[in-house]
Amino acid sequence: MSTLAPPSPETSSATAALTKLTRKILVLGATSGIAEATCRIWASQGAQLFLVARNPEKLEAVAADLRARGAAYVGTAVADLDDTDRHADLLSHAINSLTGMDVAYLAHGILGDQPQAEQDFNHAAQIIHTNFVAPVSLLTWLANFCVQRHAGTLAVISSVAGDRGRKSNYVYGASKAGLSAFLGGLRNRIDREGVNVLTIKPGPVKTAMTAGMKGSEKFADPNKVAASIVKAIDSKADNLYVPAIWQPIMFVIRNIPDRIFKKLNL
Amino acid sequence: MALSTAELEFPAETTPSDSPAPTPPPAPQFESWGRYPRHNARVIPLNWRSDFPAAIAGMQDSVLPVGMGRSYGDVCLLKDGILLQTTGTDRLIAFDPATGILTAEAGISLAQVLDFAVPRGFFLPVTPGTKYVTLGGAIANDIHGKNHHVAGTFGCHVTQFELVRSDGSRRLCSLNENPEWFAATIGGMGLTGFIPWASLRLIPIVSRAIDVEYTQFHGIDEFLALTQRYAHATYTVSWVDVTSTGRNFARGVFMSGEHATVPGELKPSPEPRLTFPFDAPAFALNRFSVAAFNTLFFHKQIHAHKSLVQDYEPYFYPLDAVLHWNRLYGKRGLLQFQYVIPWEHAREGTIAILREVAKSGLASFLAVLKAFGDIPSPGLMSFPKPGITLALDFPIKPGKSFPLFDRLADMTLEFGGRLYPAKDAAMTAAQFQTFYPQWPRLARMRDPLITSSFWERVTGDTHNV
Repeated sequence: MSTLAPPSPETSSATAALTKLTRKILVLGATSGIAEATCRIWASQGAQLFLVARNPEKLEAVAADLRARGAAYVGTAVADLDDTDRHADLLSHAINSLTGMDVAYLAHGILGDQPQAEQDFNHAAQIIHTNFVAPVSLLTWLANFCVQRHAGTLAVISSVAGDRGRKSNYVYGASKAGLSAFLGGLRNRIDREGVNVLTIKPGPVKTAMTAGMKGSEKFADPNKVAASIVKAIDSKADNLYVPAIWQPIMFVIRNIPDRIFKKLNL
Repeated sequence: MALSTAELEFPAETTPSDSPAPTPPPAPQFESWGRYPRHNARVIPLNWRSDFPAAIAGMQDSVLPVGMGRSYGDVCLLKDGILLQTTGTDRLIAFDPATGILTAEAGISLAQVLDFAVPRGFFLPVTPGTKYVTLGGAIANDIHGKNHHVAGTFGCHVTQFELVRSDGSRRLCSLNENPEWFAATIGGMGLTGFIPWASLRLIPIVSRAIDVEYTQFHGIDEFLALTQRYAHATYTVSWVDVTSTGRNFARGVFMSGEHATVPGELKPSPEPRLTFPFDAPAFALNRFSVAAFNTLFFHKQIHAHKSLVQDYEPYFYPLDAVLHWNRLYGKRGLLQFQYVIPWEHAREGTIAILREVAKSGLASFLAVLKAFGDIPSPGLMSFPKPGITLALDFPIKPGKSFPLFDRLADMTLEFGGRLYPAKDAAMTAAQFQTFYPQWPRLARMRDPLITSSFWERVTGDTHNV
């Protein structure tokens, strides 16, 4: 506000600011802890957001917060993303409401219950459906939408758990491994069409999903994770380990020979 | 579970003998800021307004909604019960720049409120010495700030909130709607129910800066004269040296502040960078190190009077710059003591208590002295009333701190004053019930499922575990 202040970086890069202001972002799984924290950053930048989540009360609470924080537009739709038959209608409705789409952010997922999944195939199938099959359905539609326009970013939350199956959560890990592999191939196909695909691999984050887990007080702060995600999308990154320490950790874990790994308790 | 008052007066660690204190138990999941007492409790996060009472459906244990655990003693603890951590309910609901009224979920911290409000030209109407408290906690303890004499307590600026009881009933509370619940909940220590959201009237500012004046004083009479001279200043507070006797008795620095009227930058605050990394050893704070600190602080300003412009962060929240500064007091933790003594006995009472503290040699940094104004608090159990308030920190020293505390509490009683539950870990049931004779009214309005270790201690009420 001071008249003598030098121009701030924001005003000097007016074009970048303008892009952020008008940016149209579709958020799937908007009431998840990481998604909400990310949306708060976008809202404070004046983005236009369309939020999809399953619980109408939670969705409305998140939407009101983002409106108060300065989002230029917040549209919402209540949907169960497991219902792949509805995806095409849902996505076209969302993009019509936003009058376009620059970023699609896929943040829905379930942790599931590993011991239950070991005994009950239906539970394992549920985890794989929600975390892998449903995103494949969404991404197939969204990728083709973006390819037609030769523009757009698909930012998808996978997990470090997908880098190697471990006994403590291999069904969840397998669903995320499938998702990471799908994203790698999709990137290989559509990057040349001008569409950016970002695979986000968070380590454990302090959110409702991980509440009550052992050591959860030491998990990453969702606001810091969100800031890294926003930055990675802005810089058109391909992969993001967040917090960054997980990149070397997972490098080591991926490279432990199975004859040793199979004896570890991870 | 039933504790007699005699047991409460001398907790096990503090028998008046000089035997070494037993090793403190491992840190519980949730600590209060004084890190004393330590109680194990299960912590269940509430992330959505609709989570209460759904999150505890079918449970028999007593519960207590808590925020950031910045209360010093045990108003935010519940031994063997369930703490409902509200910090996940931190969403904004609405903001009207025309009126300055912000409606938000009550687990939002004042730091988050400032991050939102300051760039829009608004500020908290009342702020405590830390911004790391929740909106709900600020209401539940009806906190006060350096502007109490002109603005009253935090509760004076809360226009309405919702109160949800464990039976699922919901009430909109304001001065006009359910006024008895409004009054019981402001300063009600979280006992009347869960506050999912509240509306707060913010004040406009044009700059982050505060115009500050520092004036040295020697003794309580000079402090009182300065209080009169600065009666119309927005913010006034004094630091007083409680270690010195004789010529330097009750010397201090009177600090007044005003929001700058010259438009300045309104950018958000940076994240704090420093964290106090470990528990300091028990000997770190002693009468010599604290006396040295206090002398340095007093003489930091060479002139008897100086004016400067400060950012609001160091002005209001000097200790927030170092996260976990309470670790400086070591594993045993710290005791806070804060009284208000009404004007009738304020001068003699303050002098007598300061003498008792200086004589004890139990070190205290940063004793804070302030005159409260006469704006009535809206809360049934609010702490502030017109008079002088003094806040002290003591490291917990086996066999010494609690007997001193008890003497000071009795002196407060004799001078017609009272102590602040949010800062207390040691007052007896008898003392509490004399300080707050209206307490049975809160007892009647307490949610039957909600209690706290503080409440059990000062009323003799225990929950079924």
